[in-house]
Amino acid sequence: MDQQTETTPAATGPKPGWSNAARLFTLAFLLWLLLTGSLAPAELAAGALVAAAAAALSHPRVTLLTGLRLTPAAPLHLLAYLGVFAIALVRANLDVARRVLSPALPLHPGVVQIRTGLRSELGRLLLANSITLTPGTLTVDVEEDRLLVHWISLPAGADVEAATRAIAEPFERHLSGFLE
Amino acid sequence: MSLPGNLFLLLGAAFCFLGALGLFRMPDVYNRIQAGTKAVTLGTLCVLLGVWFHHPEWWAKLAAIAGLLLLTNPVGSSTIARALFLAGVRPWQSHPADREV
Repeated sequence: MDQQTETTPAATGPKPGWSNAARLFTLAFLLWLLLTGSLAPAELAAGALVAAAAAALSHPRVTLLTGLRLTPAAPLHLLAYLGVFAIALVRANLDVARRVLSPALPLHPGVVQIRTGLRSELGRLLLANSITLTPGTLTVDVEEDRLLVHWISLPAGADVEAATRAIAEPFERHLSGFLE
Repeated sequence: MSLPGNLFLLLGAAFCFLGALGLFRMPDVYNRIQAGTKAVTLGTLCVLLGVWFHHPEWWAKLAAIAGLLLLTNPVGSSTIARALFLAGVRPWQSHPADREV
């Protein structure tokens, strides 16, 4: 991942600048609202001040948010992604419970490569996280557009295409709606 | 509102226990990370949900905790797995003869 920042420059999103600063400000301010839990004018003013300072200082370096697509359909894709993710997380836990509690410990693990069409840092981060939290898969490494995945029950003869279809596609379909 | 809250707290504790049992029973470090990450993430989310039933006014902080947890927990697991993989730790393989037993 240390190389990834160099090999995938923020060329896909807007250049780090006012647009990026505005995104960072919005994120910092939302986080402030959640943490203070208050809409009092004094709190809002202090939050705006702190968020503006944080965004001003960090926007030349923190490019994580440049991959966000701010289109009208983006919130719908985000909701669809969260729905798919929640179902996968619950299924992952039932799967873990079944394997851990089974006396035979049914495991046929292996490591496979999958390919992603997501180009932004944030997109790959969310995809890698989703894979780690869903049934039987753990992201081991991210190199450019390849993800190395430990699969707890590797089907016989699975190649890159088959593994990509099985592991990444359900998430990528929705992630690509709001991320580069 | 205390019964559903308690049920979620109990469910969260049960998932965390399964994660710990997974750490104990799984054959190698990658499978242990798998069991640990998934079960403890959902277990903690269930605990947060249970707390929300007991203290609905804490929703904003609970949501912030849940979001940061979902973002950072898998990153930590992947980072550990990556370090092991780069250090040359190969994943455990089930013996072919053991398959479909």
